[in-house]
Amino acid sequence: MSITVEQQQPTANPFQAPRTAHNARRRISNIAIVALSLLATAFAVAVLLFLLLYVLRAGLPYINLDLFTKIPTPNGEPGGGLANSIQGSLILVGLASLFGIPLGLFTGIYLSEFGGRGPIATGVRFLVDVLTGIPTIIFGLFAWIFIVVPQQSFSGLAGGVALGIIMIPIVARTSEVVLRLVPNELREASLALGATESRTILRVVIPSARNGIITGIVLAMARVAGETAPLLMTAFGNPFFNSDITQPMDALPLRIFNFAESPYQAQINQAYAGSLVLIVLILITSFAIRWATGGFKHGGR
Amino acid sequence: MDTRFNKFGKEPPAVEFEITPMPKPVESTHVPKVTIAGAATVLNPEAVTKIDVRHANFWYSAKQALFDVSLPVREKHVTALIGPSGCGKTTFLRTLNRMNDLIPGTRTEGEAILDGRNIYEKSLDVVALRQRIGMVFQRPTPFPKSIFENVAYGLRVQGTSRKRIQERVEASLRRAALWDEVKDRLKTSALGLSGGQQQRLCIARAIAVNPEVLLMDEPASALDPIATLKIEELIVELAKDYTIVIVTHNMQQAARVSQYTGFFLNGKLIEYAPTVELFEHPRKKETEDYISGRFG
Ligand SMILES: Nc1ncnc2c1ncn2[C@@H]1O[C@H](COP(=O)(O)OP(=O)(O)O)[C@@H](O)[C@H]1O
Ligand SMILES: [Mg+2]
Repeated sequence: MSITVEQQQPTANPFQAPRTAHNARRRISNIAIVALSLLATAFAVAVLLFLLLYVLRAGLPYINLDLFTKIPTPNGEPGGGLANSIQGSLILVGLASLFGIPLGLFTGIYLSEFGGRGPIATGVRFLVDVLTGIPTIIFGLFAWIFIVVPQQSFSGLAGGVALGIIMIPIVARTSEVVLRLVPNELREASLALGATESRTILRVVIPSARNGIITGIVLAMARVAGETAPLLMTAFGNPFFNSDITQPMDALPLRIFNFAESPYQAQINQAYAGSLVLIVLILITSFAIRWATGGFKHGGR
Repeated sequence: MDTRFNKFGKEPPAVEFEITPMPKPVESTHVPKVTIAGAATVLNPEAVTKIDVRHANFWYSAKQALFDVSLPVREKHVTALIGPSGCGKTTFLRTLNRMNDLIPGTRTEGEAILDGRNIYEKSLDVVALRQRIGMVFQRPTPFPKSIFENVAYGLRVQGTSRKRIQERVEASLRRAALWDEVKDRLKTSALGLSGGQQQRLCIARAIAVNPEVLLMDEPASALDPIATLKIEELIVELAKDYTIVIVTHNMQQAARVSQYTGFFLNGKLIEYAPTVELFEHPRKKETEDYISGRFG
């Protein structure tokens, strides 16, 4: 095995390239690119770290049990909590996932497994890309027109629908991409065993792409958990506990948005505490989903 | 060989290659020098024709890839298909289980008669056909499931009972000479197996549904010499019960495992003969050129 290694001529430094002008230029541009990417990475990481640390520093002192059990106090009196906002956020994201995930997933399956390069699939793909780029407040407007106005009331349902629509293109596109990465041989191996196309997709293709699909879903959930604009004109916010989706509902981002510009210091502090809770909730949900679906056990693929 | 494999679990260390009992490579003289050692020379003169292919033509859209191929596939024998890359071996093999149907715009003409029915007939139930004609691919294709579930896959497709699945999985793994290596970890992911083990798993998976014919498309081309040897031994063993068609670009392999060989060139079947005959007394100039290494 070591034959090839032994046959190599033992030189002083086999990696030493001749010092020509061309090589010097190549070396310099190489160093420049490495330095640039390091610099950019360091900058990005620094910004993110600063952000996290800042929220942590400003919010952590105001994390207490009341935050998770009580509702906001009226008129900025000290005390109270964000329990209703946390509950509302969970309901809204859950509602959004309820139809955002299946619709997105099946769109992704269609694009990857059936659409191919046909004109319909190309159109759908374009539409999905456009949807990803649309400002999310437009989806809020949509839900406002089609749910809030006819119902004559802001509602959790309208908020959930708005968030769900935002999830669809994210889940669809990531699912399509990871499903396409599944080697065609796997599909053929399943079909060659007499399996139908639908069984092949359900039992072989989707499980092969599982980790990527889950990542896409988690990304989409995290994304909508932090959405504020589309909720302003749908869920609207609610200073009390409410689990009735036909009624206005609070959400952490809404509460943060309202409290952050409050004249009362106690509310500003709670806004930071709420931000921290939101970030941690998103982290916990991501880990919980990965753990529950066995994403940690199987590693890649 | 077996114990050595077990000791190292996965791939044996590369050093082991030195003692691989592979035949010497063809020397660079221009004389046909293929070793016809393994060619289980038990040629049954009364071999029944399992699939009778007559005048098969095949098109990828406008491009014709097979030209008037006629060839009998003998029951419980190994038929090897050899020829240079791109000559249509895979295409031909895949007409036999209608795998080419999956590629849009393809068209097959002619007939391949299996028990009186034409495989190429449009109205044929391809699902039923594929349960009778199994396939093993060039690269191992384990599903991201446990070893057990991989072998059980085809059985579940057929709705086999739980108890029967248990039996069939064990029997198939034994038949594929894999049982001893995996019996203690049937529930673990098949992706953890070595390449050679994965390919034998795919063979076990294919024979689990009891097919009559096995199609193999260069089943050892992605494997190291030791794993290749195991696959070849397995093929010889399986030919006692199954009709096997194997594509290979390795002439030694064709010689070692097959009793009949077809030589393809540019989509045409140039010559078909018992393997020994084809390698020792090729009738066509092209065949002789190919097996003596003059091109390809
Ligand atoms: N999906 C395909 N579409 C169009 N042409 C193809 C396709 N697959 C193979 N071919 C062509 O058909 C010919 C035979 O290919 P193939 O059967 O794969 O050859 P072999 O297996 O002998 O290497 C080649 O010229 C190849 O380019
Ligand atoms: Mg091929």
